[in-house]
Amino acid sequence: MSWTGKFLRVNLTEGTVKSEALNREWARLYLGQRGLASKYLAEEIDPRVDPLSPDNKIIFTTGPLTGTNASTAGRYSVVTKGPLTGCIACSNSGGMFGAELKNAGWDMIIFEGRAAKPVYFHVENDRAELRDAQPFWGKTVWETDAGLKAHHQDPMLRVATIGASGENGVLFACIVNDLHRAAGRSGVGAVMGSKNLKAVAVRGSKGVRVKDPVRFLKSVAEQKQVLADNAVTSQGLPTYGTQVLMNVINEVGALPTRNFQDVQFDGARRISAEAMREPRRSDGKANLVTNAACFGCTIACGRISQIDPGHYTIVNRPEYRHASGGLEYEAAWALGAATGVDDLEALTFANFLCNEHAIDPISFGATVAAAMELYELGAITSKETGGIILTFGSAEALTALAELTGKAQGFGRDIGLGSKRLCAKYGHPDLSMTVKGQEFPAYDPRGIQGMGLSYATSNRGACHLRGYTVASEIMGTPVKTDPLVTDGKAALVKAFQDATAAFDSAGICIFTSFAWTLENVAPQLDAACEGEWTADYLLEVGERIWNLERQFNLAAGMTAKDDTLPKRLLKEAAKTGPAKGLASGLATMLPEYYAQRGWSAAGVPTAETLKRLALA
Amino acid sequence: MSMATATLKLFSQLSDYLPPGADQNQALIEIGPSTTVDGVITALALPAGKCHLVLLNGVFIPPSERIATPIRPGDALAIWPPVGGG
Repeated sequence: MSWTGKFLRVNLTEGTVKSEALNREWARLYLGQRGLASKYLAEEIDPRVDPLSPDNKIIFTTGPLTGTNASTAGRYSVVTKGPLTGCIACSNSGGMFGAELKNAGWDMIIFEGRAAKPVYFHVENDRAELRDAQPFWGKTVWETDAGLKAHHQDPMLRVATIGASGENGVLFACIVNDLHRAAGRSGVGAVMGSKNLKAVAVRGSKGVRVKDPVRFLKSVAEQKQVLADNAVTSQGLPTYGTQVLMNVINEVGALPTRNFQDVQFDGARRISAEAMREPRRSDGKANLVTNAACFGCTIACGRISQIDPGHYTIVNRPEYRHASGGLEYEAAWALGAATGVDDLEALTFANFLCNEHAIDPISFGATVAAAMELYELGAITSKETGGIILTFGSAEALTALAELTGKAQGFGRDIGLGSKRLCAKYGHPDLSMTVKGQEFPAYDPRGIQGMGLSYATSNRGACHLRGYTVASEIMGTPVKTDPLVTDGKAALVKAFQDATAAFDSAGICIFTSFAWTLENVAPQLDAACEGEWTADYLLEVGERIWNLERQFNLAAGMTAKDDTLPKRLLKEAAKTGPAKGLASGLATMLPEYYAQRGWSAAGVPTAETLKRLALA
Repeated sequence: MSMATATLKLFSQLSDYLPPGADQNQALIEIGPSTTVDGVITALALPAGKCHLVLLNGVFIPPSERIATPIRPGDALAIWPPVGGG
């Protein structure tokens, strides 16, 4: 129980849909969602497969708690081999879609092959079928969502879809559900597009059964109280959202600015959470309209924003005057500090476009930042950009490129290559701020040393959500550590990575971890799921998942040489702030990390480690 | 003779405690030779439980060191309640 015990296998080439029983032994070993789907992917595809070929598979997967009334239990993940990185990709999203899929009676959907013409997959409880998506091909997320709801005459239909970006191979195309929640990273939307799969539309009303309902309800209530008693999850996140970090990270000197040339941005305050709440001089209204929650969430960190109707971006475009998904910290950084743009309304518009066209705002903004540096060096000229003056700080360039990239048009096609391929194309590969081909998020490894190791070793390329040591190094959760030193960071990164893999496999949001540890998650899982679930066992599951992903990447051709950072971060010291004079100390941390993991000096799990984790 | 000054920055829910004349979450405050981090927190009656992330020139000052950490002219003292995000 808690797992439905069955999943759908959809062969797009053949046009067939089958129900299969979930492998219960794998569920015991990998829990669900990220872990369990990674196991299925690793078993079913050759890791060397071309990510955009029919031989790749893409899995929409829930966790055992998804769809229950545990707090934040609306999460689902998309697992595939990522085209941006060539690594295993797992992108996690909230909203309502995941809970709807679980309530339709399915733990996951495995899509394989490639449809001969555009299709979407419609699930209504036990009824599941492929349908013609020709009328929606080329349409935006917002058009597709509305169109499918109208077609099925069901305003409660939950839709996860791609835009033209995914259809046309933008390598950081994402999958957007519920209009503005995204399985955002690693280009999972491009894989969907390569399969001619436009959308998954789900309606579920069956409920989710748990093992011991009385104990489960009691445990859920106790753990919701923990969230309610915590200052971050009860006050900070709902009031200010993740954007509260903009001024924090700038103050500690770890806000990557203008393609990581600097670590502090003089426009940070103007694009921060505090600025979003202030009345504008133009119309007296604040950018932030309200906060919002995903399914079952008692934190409600989401931002709903409305752009100044007189702003240049929308003054002649009334279709963008409604309230929609606003800036989260990572997006605000990538669209803002990374590009040197401090126009909050322009960033909000660019964010709307990223949602509307389903592109990852982190990779998009970071790639524009790289393009701006190339432009200022003369490696890219206005001839290539189609006349766009691509200088740092240009809001006009940013918003024009968001639209072009979202539609895969003009110079947007070059931006859609991602930073690594763009910088290589224009002769400056060292200017790409990426690991394993994926763009960095919003923390400079020179000012937060543990994050350098976390990025370098992340199984899906540079990412903050695989081991968020910022929580410890900056925020003091669960204990405060010094962000400027490398001592102890190998163990810290490993601990965060393993625990996060367990959170990501349970069906809940990682933001609960500002108040919860696995000690808070375990009793909920134990009451909901068959088997025995303790915090210690969950940590073992997390470590197993991490090593499974590592094995996949090694088999895909990654080596220890890929566990590195761009030269700029290893050689060029921070110019200002507390980290002034410091570069990343990755070389010190990495060997210690391999040892902590039970890996060889070449970064390969030893036979003993694999045996200990039941991976051999 | 004018007093020496430092910059005080209060964010998030502490914004309400900014002194009059503050702009963009910051204000200049006058300091003397014996002004400390804890002294500023006390003088502004900032709720102790909300002074979680206390940074002097970007560097974290733990609670046990706040009473003895002086503020020098030109320093920047920035304070947040517990924060999270990512």
